[in-house]
Amino acid sequence: MNRLSWFNTVSLTLGFAFLYIPMVILIIFSFNESKLVTVWAGFSTKWYGELFRDQAFLNAAWVTLKVAVFSSTLATVLGTMAAYVMVRGGRFAGRTLFSGMIYAPLVMPEVITGLSLLLLFIGIGLDRGVFTIVLAHTTFSMCYVSVVVSSRLVTFDRSLEEAALDLGCSPAEAFRLVTLPIIAPAVISGWLLAFTLSLDDLVIASFTAGPSATTLPMKIFSSVRLGVSPKINALSTIMIAIVTVGVITASLITKSSVARQRRAEQEAARAS
Amino acid sequence: MRRLILIAVPYLWLLALFLVPFVIVLKISLSDTALAIPPYTPTLDLSAGWQGIRDFFAELDFENFVWLTQDDLYWKAYLSSLWIALASTAMTLLVAYPIAYGMARAPEEWRPTLMMLVILPFWTSFLIRVYSWMGILSQEGFLNQFLLWTGVISDPLQILNTNTAVYIGIVYTYLPFMILPIYATLDRLDISLIEAAEDLGCSRASAFWLVTVPLSKNGIIAGCFLVFIPALGEFVIPSLLGGSSTLMIGKVLWEEFFSNRDWPVASAVAVVLLLILVVPIVLFQKNQERQQEAEK
Repeated sequence: MNRLSWFNTVSLTLGFAFLYIPMVILIIFSFNESKLVTVWAGFSTKWYGELFRDQAFLNAAWVTLKVAVFSSTLATVLGTMAAYVMVRGGRFAGRTLFSGMIYAPLVMPEVITGLSLLLLFIGIGLDRGVFTIVLAHTTFSMCYVSVVVSSRLVTFDRSLEEAALDLGCSPAEAFRLVTLPIIAPAVISGWLLAFTLSLDDLVIASFTAGPSATTLPMKIFSSVRLGVSPKINALSTIMIAIVTVGVITASLITKSSVARQRRAEQEAARAS
Repeated sequence: MRRLILIAVPYLWLLALFLVPFVIVLKISLSDTALAIPPYTPTLDLSAGWQGIRDFFAELDFENFVWLTQDDLYWKAYLSSLWIALASTAMTLLVAYPIAYGMARAPEEWRPTLMMLVILPFWTSFLIRVYSWMGILSQEGFLNQFLLWTGVISDPLQILNTNTAVYIGIVYTYLPFMILPIYATLDRLDISLIEAAEDLGCSRASAFWLVTVPLSKNGIIAGCFLVFIPALGEFVIPSLLGGSSTLMIGKVLWEEFFSNRDWPVASAVAVVLLLILVVPIVLFQKNQERQQEAEK
């Protein structure tokens, strides 16, 4: 079946139009001369200029970036450890509770996660700011990382690790030299996922931020609540552009590495 | 020793930052509204913090939960959240299925690109995707301009700040979560089964209902849970696209906390929301386990 039937063509066209038209409109109107986001008044990039002159937005972007880098890195370390424990840890006391705590945050409504962390921070008298947002983001994104990494660890051929141990590696060396390079793609995608989740989060950050720190989503939310504004369109366009470039690059990299692997396998098959 | 550290670090992290906070919510939901610590205490020191917690331990009762049943607002909000989440899950399924079906029937070399096109919005900021609909649905927005121009309507419709806008927002933002699991099952589906059904006298439509839909059941169930569970506690969509009459529990909790500053009631709202969510989450877990066993 190489050609699409008309029904499939129509559903794909309408489906992708639905997914993409709102974003296309958003991008087009970021270049609008007028302050109105719905009436076209000529091409202009002035909203980008205004955005870059707005110190509040720049500060918020900086806070968001800091939080995202720290929390996703911490979450990747903790999440990879958690995945290793889940897949290789064997039996230990409280394993069920541990796996429950890994999966529960994935389905927990953000308002509840945010509320509970805020009450904890207030309970122990921790000053809220960038640090508490990092703690909160690390906690929920480490669970995503551990799901991504453990799905790779499950399919991993354990005899490779055993071979390294037999050949005189210490467990730490075996992990660093054998396991880590093999699970690296999953660890990297876990990090990217954690980074994106942190950049994106409004609700949990709003609860845990306190008055001293404002993240970009919080800033966007408070200005969007008052209505649409071309400055937000400009900001959205920049964010969409970054994500698009990132996703396309990532998919090209995986594509070429898959092709390389396939070629290597073919050559190995021919050689044998 | 090394193994112990490996287990202990993530374990203790999750205990301290997931389980303990949740126990605190439970405690506060059982404490008295009058005992609520002030919403803003920047000078709060450690000893006062412990004192605050000790106060909560002192007087535990179900008063806040009784209050939730007495005031219409809360149970109406729970019911309306359940309804909105259910209805929008069904709508998402109706929109997603033809797309997933079309993707699975598309030429092999297109599929990675189509997959990427579905995943791309997922990586784009959720807030921005919700925001993009504000300009479309407003009184002078594109949808109204378009409908006026085609002559379908003569006066602009009020769509933004209604429940309709909330449905559109949920369908739009959660669509990838429904498409991907359905596509995964349809992609693996053996076309010869459908051909066999047609050879044996099924019409195209009945082959679809009798073969394709049952075989993609797992993807449909997974997709529905992936939309329903987060939609139930949704906050951003009802607060940006919904109106003052849109009642969703995530928004009620937020307002209870930030506007009314009633922490015990907000905690009680959270506990009840979680109790409601336990049912679909357990069902989802069971379904995933069954599926994994079937694949073995």
